[in-house]
Amino acid sequence: MCLGVPGKVVEVNDMTALVDFWGVRKPVMLHTVDEPVTPGDYVLVHVGFAIRRIPPEEVEETLAFYEALLRAAEEDLMATEVQSEIRSPEETS
Amino acid sequence: MSPTRSPKPSERLEFRDPERVQAFRRALERLCADLQGPISVMHVCGTHEQSIARFGLRSLLPPNLHVIMGPGCPVCVTDMPEVDEAVYLAEQGVIIATFGDMFRVPGTLKSLAEAKAEGADVRVIYSPWEALQIARETDREVVLFATGFETTAVATAAVILSGPPKNFSVLSAHKYIPPVMEIVAEMPQTRVQGFLAAGHAATITGWKVFERFVERHGIPVVVAGFEPLDILSALVQLVELIRRGEKRVVNAYPRCVTPEGNRNAQRLLWEVFQTESGVWRGIAYVPNGNLRLRPKYRWADARARFEIRLSEWLRDAPPRLTQECLCGNIMAGIATPYDCRLFGKECTPETPVGACMVSSEGACRIWYEYGGHITGPEGMKELGGHA
Ligand code: SF4
Repeated sequence: MCLGVPGKVVEVNDMTALVDFWGVRKPVMLHTVDEPVTPGDYVLVHVGFAIRRIPPEEVEETLAFYEALLRAAEEDLMATEVQSEIRSPEETS
Repeated sequence: MSPTRSPKPSERLEFRDPERVQAFRRALERLCADLQGPISVMHVCGTHEQSIARFGLRSLLPPNLHVIMGPGCPVCVTDMPEVDEAVYLAEQGVIIATFGDMFRVPGTLKSLAEAKAEGADVRVIYSPWEALQIARETDREVVLFATGFETTAVATAAVILSGPPKNFSVLSAHKYIPPVMEIVAEMPQTRVQGFLAAGHAATITGWKVFERFVERHGIPVVVAGFEPLDILSALVQLVELIRRGEKRVVNAYPRCVTPEGNRNAQRLLWEVFQTESGVWRGIAYVPNGNLRLRPKYRWADARARFEIRLSEWLRDAPPRLTQECLCGNIMAGIATPYDCRLFGKECTPETPVGACMVSSEGACRIWYEYGGHITGPEGMKELGGHA
């Protein structure tokens, strides 16, 4: 019941949006978001209601947060290989 | 090494990169190796437990880090009399619309599923919006049996404010998380040194809501998302705070949670609901832990519209196995499902005795399906539980 699934907005119609959740499209109510939502945005949806528009910058921010955290762990505990491990996925494909 | 490649947004949103998972595992190992004795942290969200179980995260944790599932499953904490009210109304001939997870939760006499088998009209919905659609298509009374925490209550509020038809009303069993965290933090048996707060509830309330809690109880709180990396990074952060003795709130879910939260959703929530004190099943009487409709919205309140005479109806209720259910102790962090004599025997997902075995977010159900452990009997003893 407590699903916090992010989906991509395909279409907006007044208070309803059509949202794509990795291939499954569902109508989502927009009464509960606090900023305008447009096609292409990601939204966090809970029980059929969008509760947050997720700006692309904030996805970046999360990735940066992971990096910073591991860097702190490294400084503290000299876990150098942790840092190299975290970097490698960015550098290899 | 090939050139830097920017992952596609869908990959970024998954946050499941196995190499990073391993990196966090090592970071946790190092942090915990540095600590004297075991530490125990509690999460208060069924979705966290699902993620932890589904991705096998407990097996990645250092042996002296105990992650306890707190009262985070809304279905499990819905009190028996609340289920009874819904069953009572269903038997009076109203249509009850509720979430799938509530359907088989045992009441004193029976569950909604059993009432339906006897002819009551109970509909399973995914969104409160669907209850409204049902009401629009019939002349009969439709009652939304509304369970869940503040995140779900926001959706119920939006439905009430959207101008529902006259035959629609709400039986609110909604609960508000912050007060129960206080209760659990004060329980003498639980020695929780840090909390993982649920990402979506915090999406609504904002992370500042936990500052007062931290001040009062001196326990750090980290707001966490639900992907494996969200949870692991939050745990690294939380252990780090505990290790340094820092008492503050950290937001480890910045893509969804802001300091102030979703103000529009808060406005809808507090316009329609007010907090009231009441029992959380198996846990305790929680001051201000229930969300009930404000008097202004009596017209949409099933408790005002219908006379619900539970005491007469329950007078001859036979005792049920439910009395032996340990869900409350499990959610307080002082027992695990393995401590329950009924676990996997009399109590299974097919024949649930307690709510924790019904809900896909309940500890017993999750442990039954995925197998689970904290750290075995020694861990439980250290936590003050009866292993
Ligand atoms: S196994 Fe069943 S009876 Fe035992 S604590 Fe869990 S839900 Fe309750």
